[in-house]
Parts: sequence; structure tokens; C-alpha cells
Amino acid sequence: MAEPALRTQGLQKHFGGLAAVNDVSLECHVGQLHAVIGPNGAGKTTLINLLSGDLAPTGGRVELLGREVTGLAAHRISQLGVGRSYQRTNIFMKFTAFENCRLAAQARLPSSMRFVRPAARYREVNEAAARALALAGLGARSDTVAAELSHGERRQLEVAMTLATSPKVLLLDEPLAGMGAEESARMVGLLRTLVSGHAMLLVEHDMDAVFALADRLTVMVSGTVLASGTPEQIRANAEVQEAYLGEGDE
Amino acid sequence: MDPVIFLIQVLNGVQYGLLLFLVASGLTLIFGIMGIINLAHGSFYMIGAYLAFSLVRLQGNFWIALALGIVVAVAIGAALEWLVMRFLYQRDHLYQVLLTYGLILIFEELRSLLWGDDVHGVAVPAGLDFSIPLTETLSYQVYRLVISLACLSIAAGMYWLIQRTRLGMMIRAGSVDREMVQSLGIDIGLLYRLVFALGVALAAFAGMLAAPVSSVFPGMGNQVLILSFVVVVIGGIGSVKGALVAALAIGLADTFGKVLVPQIAGMVVYLLMAAILLWRPQGIFGRA
Amino acid sequence: MDRQPRSLQVLLIAGVIALAAFPLVGEKFYIQFITKIMILAMFAMSLDLLVGYTGLVSLGHALPFGLAAYALMFVSPEAEGAGLGWSLAAAAGVAALASLVVGLLVLRTSGIYFIMVTLAFGQMAYYYVHDSKYLGGSDGKYIYVRPVLEIFGWKPFDLENHTHFYYVALALMAFVYLTIRVLLASPFGRVIAAIKENEHRMRMLGFATFRYKLVCFVLAGALAGLAGWLAAAHDGLVNPEMLSWHQSGQLLMMVILGGMGTPAGPVLGAAALKLLELGFQGWTKHWQLLLGGFIVLSVLLIPRGLAQLFEWKRRG
Repeated sequence: MAEPALRTQGLQKHFGGLAAVNDVSLECHVGQLHAVIGPNGAGKTTLINLLSGDLAPTGGRVELLGREVTGLAAHRISQLGVGRSYQRTNIFMKFTAFENCRLAAQARLPSSMRFVRPAARYREVNEAAARALALAGLGARSDTVAAELSHGERRQLEVAMTLATSPKVLLLDEPLAGMGAEESARMVGLLRTLVSGHAMLLVEHDMDAVFALADRLTVMVSGTVLASGTPEQIRANAEVQEAYLGEGDE
Repeated sequence: MDPVIFLIQVLNGVQYGLLLFLVASGLTLIFGIMGIINLAHGSFYMIGAYLAFSLVRLQGNFWIALALGIVVAVAIGAALEWLVMRFLYQRDHLYQVLLTYGLILIFEELRSLLWGDDVHGVAVPAGLDFSIPLTETLSYQVYRLVISLACLSIAAGMYWLIQRTRLGMMIRAGSVDREMVQSLGIDIGLLYRLVFALGVALAAFAGMLAAPVSSVFPGMGNQVLILSFVVVVIGGIGSVKGALVAALAIGLADTFGKVLVPQIAGMVVYLLMAAILLWRPQGIFGRA
Repeated sequence: MDRQPRSLQVLLIAGVIALAAFPLVGEKFYIQFITKIMILAMFAMSLDLLVGYTGLVSLGHALPFGLAAYALMFVSPEAEGAGLGWSLAAAAGVAALASLVVGLLVLRTSGIYFIMVTLAFGQMAYYYVHDSKYLGGSDGKYIYVRPVLEIFGWKPFDLENHTHFYYVALALMAFVYLTIRVLLASPFGRVIAAIKENEHRMRMLGFATFRYKLVCFVLAGALAGLAGWLAAAHDGLVNPEMLSWHQSGQLLMMVILGGMGTPAGPVLGAAALKLLELGFQGWTKHWQLLLGGFIVLSVLLIPRGLAQLFEWKRRG
């Protein structure tokens, strides 16, 4: 199989005496969706923060698209082709959906230190933004201010922004958080369309969505990996059932 | 440097710093607990000094004037909070800055209307108007020592209040989570009024104490205002402990600066502040 | 993106025409008064670039302003005017350089700490100038002859003439206004507006936000330097008060009062404050009481500054 787009080995994050992430190794290929599940406090968001560069690891390696990126700052990792969405919506509330995506797309320009030509005239940037919005199903809401979007639409916008930079690797932190049944189904459909072109790492609590989408699953408990494998293997795993699945979904 | 002169400078620096601490602690409490930046805080210092002047002129006894002055200051603080400040809590800091700047103008003019623009003096209270001889030629004013002692006792009192009483606990809780405190049934409006009045009283009291040594003049609030902001920022917003450490540092730096490097004496305090902030942007005891 | 409402555009054009026509009917005192307002408006617009659009509240913006003024004094010979072009460039250059140095240090902080460090650096510059004999100390120094523009022996205007000076000031104010508009519509401008809105997300998107804030800080400083050059040329005197925190504070007042982050807010604020001063001064010796009262009431009653009265909506 080809080189994994994303690989970690022995990843560690300690906060004082507490090991939030302890010896986590996993990989993800383009065209694959790797879901990370586990009870609250298992270290899943910390893991994503380590992969995106929001946090620096205290041990271990992270490799992206073949090169080592351990400890690189978030904006550098982002430029290398990683898109990351947030568990708690982290968008530009006062700007329109379009402007949110346009900013994300503008990040792809070699430099934004351009002072004269109006931003509105950068055709490629605008087109990338429109494409990302359409892909995320928000084409009709392009001119709506983000603060006026529904919760589900804002989660879609989060994904759209992640797509606007044309990343190869997608790190998605609970994209379905707080969504009702219909919105969730829509989001699952959206995510499914994205898998073919990207390496996707998904943290989620919604078990139906996870088992519908994942090609591989990693179960984390208290910062360490409890089990890793295909959905069937995980479902059949007694330890996992006891520790996590047995507790029932969220 | 001659050891006696060194001692005198240290005592002066500490006394200056302690007065600054009184003013700054009020500022840091108000900002840390209520989230309000108050540019008019220096005006309270000035009001205190002018109150001391008038109350002493009225009845002659410095200590009675102090006591009365504190009562008046608390009343002013509570009234101001009720009339104006309580509308600022949820507002952007910039509007607080703007409004309190307007208050500075108002207080300056009121002062001009009520007391005129002359410089006044307040006599050192009887019984304390002597100096302790240190050498043949040098001596130290006892009243200055009294100022330092008074400030230290207030610092101790504040520590006790904040760490050891229910009120202090509410104050500490209110600074962390306003809504939580409200949902516990505590009247946060009253709490804030109390805190604000306390802050005003501290600044005014400092002005009253300082009046005999610094005299009473227009614009005396300005320098104190800026320095107390510097103290709060260096010490860490909301930290009374930080305000004490920072105020002493500034008092000593300023005093020794004037003696050792008079050419850049004015800049010393700001250089210190810039250095500390670049090393630790949230202040010495500030929360990151 | 920055299309302003029709009503505002009309108002602005009408305003410019009125300003251009004014010297034809106004007296010298008022011509000079409005010149002062225009200089302050330029100064305020440069601060608004930091405060209203980038979210950087500086209480030390008098630093580049005052340093540029002193730069003009420095290069002005005693008996004749300095060359306009290069003295203006030198003044703006000094302001920009100072802002670069200060910015590298202060932009590491944010929020209230940023406000205070900018104040600190402003004060440092104030005390340095105040205590320096060679710069004139607390009295300052005079500029005896205003700068002169001479192109191959031809002088298009004479700054000693107050009406000529007025038009030059008007032209520079328009220049600053247009520069800021163009800047805000550019990719750079969108970045700094977004930094104000959510800096963390911008870093996540891959922007080195520190650099953009620094460039903005330097540009704002350079524009303040233009205003400082004009102020020094107009008053003929530079003194440490031009670097004081009162200067910075009053400027911040103008920006907030007028409405931050709006195109003409700073201009309105500068005009309002100066006109109110003039008006109140005519009434009573204790005019600051009225001004203070006005400020307090307007904060309580008009949440977003005077520009809100015209209901100009900011479009993001």
C-alpha cells in the first residue's frame, strides 16, 4: 500500500504528571477514514491538537505526507496540507459564510502581504471558496452572516473552511456535535463524499455515524490505545465492548 | 553610597511604593473582580487629598479628618457605582476607558470649582511632627514612617479580608465566575458596589495620608494614575499580592533612579515595566 | 465587500466639496481651526486602523506622531523651509522605524497588557524628549519657516499662506483616507480584519498573524507620522506634550467617540471633540465639565459612537 498520508508513532503528551496522550501510534491513508473513539476524557481532542500543531508533543513522532512534522507550529502544519475542524465551532461569526471560506482559501496564496489589488478580484481564491461551500452543501447560504446560521449549518461551515485550503489530510473533531437526526444524516453523507480524495481522521461520539463511515477504528481510553482495527474487529472485541460500547452511545 | 543615605532612600522608596500600593490595589480589585478599567482612579487619590485639606481646615484634627474622609469617600464610591459604573460591566473595555476619561474631566472641573487651582498644604499631624536623627546631619521624618506603617496595616487588613472572611470569599468567587455567584443567591450588584466603594476609599485614603508630605495640587492624580496602572500590569491584573510586590519595586526603582541615573530618571519605571512584560506578558502574579 | 451605503457615499462627497469650498467664504481663524481638525482626523484615522480594524488598542500612538514632528524640526534650517518632499519622507520614515522597533516588542502582548506596554513606550519617548537639552527640553523648539515645495524653481504653493496650507492638509487627509480604504479591501486588509475577529482561527488557517499585525502597526505609525509632520509645520512648534499620554488618550477618545471601524468615524470624532471644545469654551471657563458630561452621556446612550447615529452598518 502507498505511504500513509498521516502517521504517528509513540505519540505522548504530558501535562505535569498527567499523561493525556500516552504512546499512541496510528496511520491513515488517502481514501481512508480512520475514526478515533473513546469515552470522554480519553484524550481524543488532545490527539487531534497534537496532529494539527495546536499542541507540541512531549514525545513521539508525527509524519505528514512522508515528512516529519513533530513539534511544528500550527500554521506551518496547515500550510503543509492539513485541514482541521473544531469540536466547538471556531469560525468568524461576524463574517458571511462566503467570507469565512474565502479567508481559508486566501491562506493558500503564497503571501497575503498584498496591499493594492482588492481581495474581491482574486478570482481563484473566490472560486475555491465557492467550491468548498458548495461541496459542504452551503451554496445557498453563501451570503448569510455566520452568526445567523443554524448550529448544523455552522458545523457544515467548519467543514467547508477545512476544505477551502484544499488539504490532503482532514482532522475532524466531532463534526456531528450537537446535531439532530436530519442534520447528522446530511453530515454523514457529506463526509462520505469526501473520503475518496482525502485521508480523514475523525473523532466522534455518534456510533451510528462512526460505523457507517469508518474504514479503520482506534479506541482510546485514558490516553492510551485500547484496540485498533476494522469496524468488525472492534465490534467483536470484548475489552472494547466492556470499556466503551457497553456504556451505550451518547 | 553612604549607608545612611542608602537607608534613607530605601525608606523613601518603600513609603512611596506603599502609597502606590494602596491606590493600585483598589484599581486591581476593581478590574480583576468587575472587569472595569477606571481611568478616573487617580481622581479619587486627588479627592482624598483635597478632602483632607478641607476637613483639617474645618476642625483641626488630622485623625478625625481621616475618619470623616473615609466615610465621604465610601459614599462617593457607592454613589458613583450606582449612578454610572454599573452600566459598564458588560461593555467593551474601550467604552469604559472613554467614559472614565470623561469622568476625569468632570472631577478636575469640580475640583476647580470647589477648591480653586491653588496649591495647598496640610500640616503634619501634631505629635508626629518631628524627625529621628540618624547622623549628625541627616534625620528622617517620623510621619513618613507612620505612612508606611499605616499602609502595611491596611495591606494586612486586606489580606485578612480577602483570604479569611466570607466577604472575601465572595469577592474571590465573583472574580472567577460572576454568574455562578449570582445563582448562589448572592446579590452581585451589592457586592460590586461594595468592592468599588472599597477601591475608591483605598485611593482616597492614600491621598489623605500623602497630603502632608506631597501637598495638595491640581493634577496630582495624573502621575499616580499612570503609575498605578503600571503597578497593576506588572503585578498581574486582579492580584493584590502582585500589586504589593510591583508597587514596592516601582517605588524603589523610581527613588534610586532619581539618585543614580538622573538623566533617565523619568524613563526608569517604564523600562522596568517593558522588561517585565516582555519576560512575562501576564505580569508577575497574573493568570496566563 | 466595502461598498458603503449610498447615503454615506453622498454624504462623504458632499463633505469633501464643502471642505474644498470653505476657504472661499471662511475667515482665517476658522480656516486654521479646520486645518487643525483635518490634521487630527488624519491622526485619528491612522489609530483607527489599529483599534477599529485590527483590534489593537494602542495608548501610545502619540509616539510616531511626536517623533515625526521632532524629525521635521530636526531637518528644518533656521532661516528657510525644509524641502517638502524629503522632509515628509524623513518624518514618516522616522515614525515607521520607531513603530517597527516598538511593534516588535509590544505585539507579543495583547489585551489590557498591550494597552499598557504601548503606554509605557509612549511615556519613555516622552521622558526622553522632555529631559533632552538638545531637543529643547520641556519647552520644545521652534520651526521658523514651513517646508517648501520647489520643482525646478517653480513653487506650486506656499505653505506660509494659510489657505494653501489648508488645501495641502485636505489633500493629505484625502490621501490617508483613500490609502486606508484601499488597504482594507486588499488581501492584507482582510487578514487584519479577520485577526481582530478570531486571531486563533487565522493562525490555524496558516497565517503568521504576528507579521501582519507588525506591518499594520508600522503602516499606522507612518500615517501618524504624516499627521505629525503637518502638525509641526502648522504650529511652528514642537514640544514633548505631542508625545504625552494625554495626546494618545485624547486621540483614542476621538476614535471611540466617532465610532471605531467605520470609514469616517475618526473624522467625525476629531471634528466633534474639537467643535465641542470650541463651543463649550465659548460658554464657560469650566467647559471641561460640559465636555466630560457629554462624553459620559454619549457612552451611556449611544453604544457604538457617533457614526451609529448615521446607521452605517459594517459589512464584514
